[in-house]
Amino acid sequence: MDATAVKTGTEGKIWGGDNEPLKVSYGKMMMWFFILSDALTFSGFLAAYGFSRFKFVNQWPIADEVFTHFPFLHGVDAPMYYVALMTFILIFSSVTMVLAVDAGHHMKKNKVIWYMFFTIIGGIIFVGSQAWEWSNFISGEYGAVETKGGKILQFVNAEGEQVAIESFAASLPKERTRLTKSEALWYESESSMPDYDLAEVVEGFKASPDLLIRTQMLTESGEKTVLSREESVAKLESDAIGVVQGANLVHNEYGPPLFADFFFFITGFHGFHVFSGVIINIIIFINVILGTYERRGSYEMVEKVGLYWHFVDLVWVFVFTFFYLV
Amino acid sequence: MAHETSNHGSATKRIWTVFAILSVVTIVEVILGIVRPEFLVETHLLRMHLLNWVFIILTLYKAYYITWAFMHMEHETKGLRRSVVWTGVFLVCYLIFILLTEGDYIFDVYDNGYISWDF
Repeated sequence: MDATAVKTGTEGKIWGGDNEPLKVSYGKMMMWFFILSDALTFSGFLAAYGFSRFKFVNQWPIADEVFTHFPFLHGVDAPMYYVALMTFILIFSSVTMVLAVDAGHHMKKNKVIWYMFFTIIGGIIFVGSQAWEWSNFISGEYGAVETKGGKILQFVNAEGEQVAIESFAASLPKERTRLTKSEALWYESESSMPDYDLAEVVEGFKASPDLLIRTQMLTESGEKTVLSREESVAKLESDAIGVVQGANLVHNEYGPPLFADFFFFITGFHGFHVFSGVIINIIIFINVILGTYERRGSYEMVEKVGLYWHFVDLVWVFVFTFFYLV
Repeated sequence: MAHETSNHGSATKRIWTVFAILSVVTIVEVILGIVRPEFLVETHLLRMHLLNWVFIILTLYKAYYITWAFMHMEHETKGLRRSVVWTGVFLVCYLIFILLTEGDYIFDVYDNGYISWDF
């Protein structure tokens, strides 16, 4: 297969740059080594995630309880279904990509165009789904209370199902308002504040006798510890310092802040790869339509972006396992 | 890259076979993740329950097919294959071993130390 690079006129000579000891073109080999280094970056992230998880192995959030949303099914508990669907979309876009590469080998321009088109659509759907996952994760569902020790206390009913704080919080006159730059020091402000303050949650909790507190500690069987009613009230009065709704880099209602940090960082970095993969695919797609590779006599560029695209899929397979399954 | 002009049918057939394998494995993973069979969760091997090992092995199985079939690693020369795969596998194993050992140690410090972390 011809290299896509400009010829130097020294082909055939030993040091002329046309020797291919690994039987691949320069571009493809470098794509492989880029993928290797990128794979090590992702391994670094995932291993760091493993490190933090082992550090808090008895209090890590349970993924099935965090990622429970499915589009258009409000209030339905659908653990993992949506992320499984996303996985399928990405694997399928990988299949259409490899079909495009295969069609390129046979110089079938129209087939390459269609398969690349489907690949791009799959990529866009995946990135959109990730954005949706993020927005659910950030806005949160139930809300929780944070303790002095930085732990999270969630609320459950007698059946052990989580209860949202807005369903029981009392309504008290509020004294605190959102801090803006114009109110205090010019460098102090906050982006938002929880809908309820601690006093309202504590008051509401005391008024609803069937509510219990669930700590982030895991029991032997891998479930979260639920305190008795007396322990719950005592814990809430002595330890709680604030209300958390949703997640950001400092607080999250699901458990250790590191969980949210790694979620944002790893899925964000992966999503950025998908996004850049879509952009590169679009560029190559336009080139295919313009007939650049037809004239060049080789669709190797499609093969190179294909390698990148499969790599993105490969990374997702691992992210899926370590974030959602394990 | 091997030219497969002569066996076009078998190349696309291989792609669809691999897609079927990847789909089945993913479905099995999701079902296991939702059902969480008791005997897999309660059996422990090397400080992790068996279910997690099942997930990890299935993931590696998928990774193998994506790399070998979709990325055409099976058609590359030995030299390229080894320089990419062996380097990655060796460094990743090392990194995982070091970081997980350390994480486990810090957990022990949190767990058995004299300082209370939950207050």
